[in-house]
Amino acid sequence: MPESPDRNAIEIRRVSKFFGGGDAPVKALDTVSVAIRENEFFTLLGPSGCGKTTLLRLIAGFDFPTDGEILLHGQDIAPLPPYKRPVNTVFQSYALFPHLTVAQNIAFGLEMLGRPKAEIDARVTQMLKLVRMEELRNRSTAQISGGQQQRVALARALAPQPKVLLLDEPLSALDFKLRKEMQIELKRLQHETGITFIFVTHDQEEALTMSDRIAVMSAGNILQVGSPKDIYDRPAVRFVADFIGETNFLEATVESSSDGRAGVRLGSGAVIEASVPEGFSSTGKVTVVIRPEHARLAEAGGELSGKLSNIVYFGTDTHFHVDLDVGGTFIVREQNTRDDRRRAREGDRVSIVVGKGAAQVLRD
Amino acid sequence: MAGAAETARKAERDDIRKRWLLSAPALLIIFFAAAGPLAIVVVYSFLEPGSYGDVRWTFSTDAWVSVILQRDIFDETLSIADAHVAIFWRSVLLSLATTVFAFLFGFPTAYFIATRPERTRALWLFLITIPFWTNLLIRTFAIQEVIRNEGLLNVALMKLGLISAPIQIIYTDTAIMIGMLYVYLPLMVLPLYASMEKLDFRLVEAGYDLYATRFQVLRRIILPMVKPGIVAGSILVFIPSLGAYVTPRILGGGRNLMLGNLIELQFGQGRNWPLGASLSITLLVIVMAALLIYIRYAGTGGRNHG
Repeated sequence: MPESPDRNAIEIRRVSKFFGGGDAPVKALDTVSVAIRENEFFTLLGPSGCGKTTLLRLIAGFDFPTDGEILLHGQDIAPLPPYKRPVNTVFQSYALFPHLTVAQNIAFGLEMLGRPKAEIDARVTQMLKLVRMEELRNRSTAQISGGQQQRVALARALAPQPKVLLLDEPLSALDFKLRKEMQIELKRLQHETGITFIFVTHDQEEALTMSDRIAVMSAGNILQVGSPKDIYDRPAVRFVADFIGETNFLEATVESSSDGRAGVRLGSGAVIEASVPEGFSSTGKVTVVIRPEHARLAEAGGELSGKLSNIVYFGTDTHFHVDLDVGGTFIVREQNTRDDRRRAREGDRVSIVVGKGAAQVLRD
Repeated sequence: MAGAAETARKAERDDIRKRWLLSAPALLIIFFAAAGPLAIVVVYSFLEPGSYGDVRWTFSTDAWVSVILQRDIFDETLSIADAHVAIFWRSVLLSLATTVFAFLFGFPTAYFIATRPERTRALWLFLITIPFWTNLLIRTFAIQEVIRNEGLLNVALMKLGLISAPIQIIYTDTAIMIGMLYVYLPLMVLPLYASMEKLDFRLVEAGYDLYATRFQVLRRIILPMVKPGIVAGSILVFIPSLGAYVTPRILGGGRNLMLGNLIELQFGQGRNWPLGASLSITLLVIVMAALLIYIRYAGTGGRNHG
């Protein structure tokens, strides 16, 4: 349980990482700063090549930052080798030792720390129970399934009771159903152990469902840090809005602004209220985003109008693609119900009602 | 239906006959070039030596007895043949030492190559195999040039003032070992490299992550995982060392015989072909024992550890 929930477990201070020397070093991280709180399920989310794995490897100690500090509970660990950091990693490939059994894999870290044999045995048994693998303790790691290997990798990394657990896309090799199970399992483990988890993924849905906070990364920068709801409902920049979920982008002009809110005029002439990112003020042209489920179709009286070009049925919901009169496409998502009367057909003229507080002004 | 089954059986018989025909050339070569001569050696080891070499066709186990025993010329009592035992012992000991040193030199070399970028690895391997282009005899004479009393090593050490008189290396067991180490080192490096190349270096990272120091990672992760390569390399160095002939002949100066030289002596000046034949078979048995150990350990290599 957290001693003081707001203490920082890891603090990244202006960290940069360049790979390769000479004339053209590749910049993997560009003066990144972020604080990860104790006991948090923190996710680094971004497309491949965004620097999320590099940041994780810097925290683990497999690489060293070109510049900047990495603090673990206030102490700079950036120059320490990995075996001197109380941080453990769950690898994407699991990296289980093939010449050792399940139990020997889990005991490895504790043995290296020189713990007494009795303590190691007790801890291994406890870990096997935690990940529900008691019956497989003497199996070779080649004889167990992918999901089981995943559990062993988790148990192995948790056994030495690290201050921080790093997880490098650990679920990407599992099939859909197993992945869903392991997501719940991971949340349970984090809750039961009270260890700070730093989780790397490119899967936005995984990030939204599991994280306490998410840092969205792109091209070596952290673009936005916030709770899943913050990130989804209030994306600050275009990349974040685009990367997470489906979004409609609209050009607009700021008419008035006050206290984090702004009145913006859309291309259709209608003025709607939108929220504005912190510390941002603009009077000129801006981009506004509206999530498809935050708008609905109407016969008339909406802020936007156009012609229904495409209806895509998804089971739980239906997507309506509308060609706007002012140009561009707008997607409206509506939940399906059993007593669905036919409301619209492709080719119909429709009006779009934007929900109150649905619009968000982007920084860029 | 019966007709169909008959046809299928006939097709199968034809197929088997075809396979025998196709492998016949290889089988003939194996029989005449390997099994045949070996059989002759076995037969000769049970005959009596002729006066001018060759054999007399009389059954005798004398040759086998004198592999490790000797008959006193006067009272005909049997005693252990110290000279032969010393040669066996030297052969095994020098071969083991060569294998151990080849591992100590070969392991870092193979590790170095395996951790180079993929583009440059081929170049390093190429450099390792260059000595194979030169005749064994010439390579051995080259080593002699380095370690002889007025050779490169001693001259350099004396010029540097580190020693006042040359160190006697040439014509000692050490010289034989140095020579065999030089000649057989690539046979250790190549299989070691082959198993290190397959090593998943993420496991090394996982080891560091789990608090293993460099030495612990080497001992607990890398060594168990490259064990098949270590076993293969050791066998490849040990077996030819055991039967080495040219190297001990030149660098041992004829005083420090190894098994190969002893065998040669029986077929040459010794004029005792049956003894030479029985010594050859003894060598073969030692080699086969080593190979059995290899199959036993390499088959389970990397697994079932601890």
